[in-house]
Amino acid sequence: MSTLYENISLTPHNRMGKKERTGLTLMALGLLAFLLSFITFAGPAMPFLSGIFFSVAGGLVYSRKEKRWSLSSLLLIFLGLISFLFLLARPSALSPLLISLFSFGFFLAGASIYIFFRFRKGEGGIRNNGITFSPLTRKNGALAWVLAVVITGFYVMLYWFPEEIHGLILAVDPIYKALFGKSGLPQSNGGHYNPWFLYGFLYTLAVLLMGSRFMFKYRHNRYQLLRTASVIFFQVVFAFFIPNVLAALNQQELYFHYFWPLDYDVLFPSGIDTLMSGGSLTHFFFWWTLALSFLAVPVLTYYFGKRWYCSWVCGCGGLAETAGDPFRHLSDKSLNAWQIERKLIYLVLVLITAITALLLLDRSFDLFSESTSLAFKKSYGFVIGTIFSGVVGVGFYPIMGSRVWCRFGCPQAAILGILQKYFSRFRISTNGGQCISCGNCSTFCEMGIDVKWYAQREQNIVRASCVGCGICAAVCPRGVLKLENGPAKGRTALQISRTEVKILDEDLIG
Amino acid sequence: MHILIIGNGVAGITAARYIRKRSSHAITVVSAESKHFFSRTALMYVYMGHMRFEDIKPYEDWFWEKNRIDLLQAYVEKINTEKRTVSLNTGNELPYDRLIIATGSASNKFGWPGQDLRGVQGLYSLQDLENMESYSRDLKKAVIVGGGLIGIEMAEMFLSRGIEVCMLVREKYYWDNVLPEEEARMITNHIRKHSIDLRLETELKQILGNEEERVVAVETNKEKTIECGFVGLTPGVHPNIKVTEGSPIECRRGILVNEYLESNVPGIYAIGDCAELRNPPAGRKAIEAVWYTAKLMGKTVARSICKEATPYRPGIWYNSAKFFDIEYQVYGSVPASGRAAENEASYYWEDSKRERSLRLVFEKGSRKLLGINVLGMRIRHHVADRFLREGWPVDKVLAHFNALYFEPEFSRNPIREILKKLNSENAGKAIKALGFKEVKHLVFEN
Repeated sequence: MSTLYENISLTPHNRMGKKERTGLTLMALGLLAFLLSFITFAGPAMPFLSGIFFSVAGGLVYSRKEKRWSLSSLLLIFLGLISFLFLLARPSALSPLLISLFSFGFFLAGASIYIFFRFRKGEGGIRNNGITFSPLTRKNGALAWVLAVVITGFYVMLYWFPEEIHGLILAVDPIYKALFGKSGLPQSNGGHYNPWFLYGFLYTLAVLLMGSRFMFKYRHNRYQLLRTASVIFFQVVFAFFIPNVLAALNQQELYFHYFWPLDYDVLFPSGIDTLMSGGSLTHFFFWWTLALSFLAVPVLTYYFGKRWYCSWVCGCGGLAETAGDPFRHLSDKSLNAWQIERKLIYLVLVLITAITALLLLDRSFDLFSESTSLAFKKSYGFVIGTIFSGVVGVGFYPIMGSRVWCRFGCPQAAILGILQKYFSRFRISTNGGQCISCGNCSTFCEMGIDVKWYAQREQNIVRASCVGCGICAAVCPRGVLKLENGPAKGRTALQISRTEVKILDEDLIG
Repeated sequence: MHILIIGNGVAGITAARYIRKRSSHAITVVSAESKHFFSRTALMYVYMGHMRFEDIKPYEDWFWEKNRIDLLQAYVEKINTEKRTVSLNTGNELPYDRLIIATGSASNKFGWPGQDLRGVQGLYSLQDLENMESYSRDLKKAVIVGGGLIGIEMAEMFLSRGIEVCMLVREKYYWDNVLPEEEARMITNHIRKHSIDLRLETELKQILGNEEERVVAVETNKEKTIECGFVGLTPGVHPNIKVTEGSPIECRRGILVNEYLESNVPGIYAIGDCAELRNPPAGRKAIEAVWYTAKLMGKTVARSICKEATPYRPGIWYNSAKFFDIEYQVYGSVPASGRAAENEASYYWEDSKRERSLRLVFEKGSRKLLGINVLGMRIRHHVADRFLREGWPVDKVLAHFNALYFEPEFSRNPIREILKKLNSENAGKAIKALGFKEVKHLVFEN
């Protein structure tokens, strides 16, 4: 067996010439000057600007012609990140608005340039070159681990040490003010700043930026364009604007696209009480989420499969589909992983159902002491809501792929999955005998479904976990897969045998 | 009973899997190339960094033990038909009751001067890929000889690493010995769009090396010297039948087999690329070195070995490929450029806005459908197969186009445009396409 492919470097040209050395020196000088601009107290403008100049110039000299775009854009991203880090450390040295604009501006500009040049060639098509070589996207790559630690660390600070990121929270407040007409600070007691606007802002920014990247990458595929436009829309309008506008109007923040059991709070007695004590909007909200949970879920899933929610509407899915796209191939495809997935996800569903039922019963019959019911609520919220869906769910993107939470933990996905498996018209159709077992579909399945297992035996794919992102069909080099809704009956029948094509039938078993 | 299979490509492995499903015979698969089955067609994606080697293995490693299929990494040197054993390079002899030879293909070499220099190779095996990888370090330019499917794969691979590619193709357009002219022209343009230096009607004369026996340039019939650090030889493949040397197994180009895929020696079968049918079914060739054929032969031979003698009936021909960004599917018989028969005609439509096309080949008088060729568009296999098998008239096929259409949801369905062009050219009754609801029964019927 081959071991060679463990040790491939992305670029075969790795010798450094004179030009490269000059470029690197210039870049180092530039970064130094840039950093100086933050530490110096004698007016930061000079070192700041010269820093940018030197870095970019250095990058241009360093890079070979065809790589120029990628390096200069990476530099801009880097500058953005540096300013971002500076916000963390020294909140008050510069005008927060200025520095946040610089930080996000550089980052966005750099990222956009990078994305544009990375995927610009041709009229669209599959551009996954080098994914298994890059230290950022390969399995257990060095940069992947760095990124995982950074994201996880950010979540830890967000949840438990928000005072450590005051600089950042302050930096986005001007944006909040500009959008919603007043300061979002300080809101929480004890003078602690509320970190959740910062979180929502970064989350939305990630969906927007990486969503644009995704749309650009898959611009040849209208299913992908529409689907991504949809998740961006729901993130920007339903997860960002509506709740923030409500908050600005001193109303309860309502997320109209989340419902029980993903938003478990709405059916907890405390949640019901809060909603019912509010105005007509919160009353409406209560019935709205109920209708979504118990009416829309079965009906829409019957007609369209789980995808109507998981890869078109949901915010967790939205982030996974956009920001998580570079990491989708990292999901574990083994049978082992599937067995763990089935145990875990249904366990979480049972847990949340039991807790909700017990708390509701408790409300009527007073079964537990107040502290016990609070403990139920809190421990689910902590273990599942915070650690699983937040810290692990997003923090582990670069290690375990983009859908860790959706695949192993989300109770909403569990319900939608059962419906999809047994009561739905959705399937991924396999195109007769066209599969060449290349493995692209399985590799790029973010949910870790071994798609080719079915495709190569000429069988349609009907799996509870499939979120219908359609990437398996997009990356297939032979036109084998198609997401479609058809008669619910006989969805898993073998494609080729049904019209008596004269090749031999494959048995259904193993 | 012990079934010995030589070769762990798709033919041999399919046979092994189906024999296991139908029996509890002992099964051993011998291969020198790799321990585990991998998808040969996916080797390019490993080089390009889309997948790791382990991702192109269609089954997890536990699969073989669980299904009691023994894998042996060794090279078969000789088949001893009298003793019913094979001699391995390890010195061992392995007995068999039934032998299935599935040794695949080997790359063609036409005796060019310099063809054995370092940095000159084809792309077929895992070892080829490893060599290609090692030559790719510091490689600036590669020349690829031959206008087939492997040549274009190699070109795409090098391009993904930023290595300049020059392709020498003997034909007037790329692959026009298989594709009709319009399609060949579209692919030719597409290759050039990817900044490949494609030289048509150009033949290799010799390959030049340096004192270290490493390739430095090629010379063509157009008297040009093209400097390069690598030469890809991809002028097709031939059956790999070396293993039969010194045995009474009868061969022509491949191992000759009857309709039960059995050779002249009872109990010895040959399937996949290495097999040559004595009497190929109508419309099929004696040697078909493609994935799908190998798979079908594997399924068929498994039946015969498991006491259900089954003749090889491959049905309607189909194949597929991908040329950079353009997918290609063919069903039935589609004549290559300039080779259409007298009584054949075809409807050809090419999108004016993007690279996609549809060709329906039909019989002139009866208008019976004979073949479908699509570029940049996916067609539903079982529907295409049915149209061809039942010989639907071409106009009826067009009216039922929506049953054929297999592109992703929301994609731009071209049928209106196709019919608009067609109806404006034809004086006869205008064809109208039926909506998806009206043809749904063809798609989903059970």
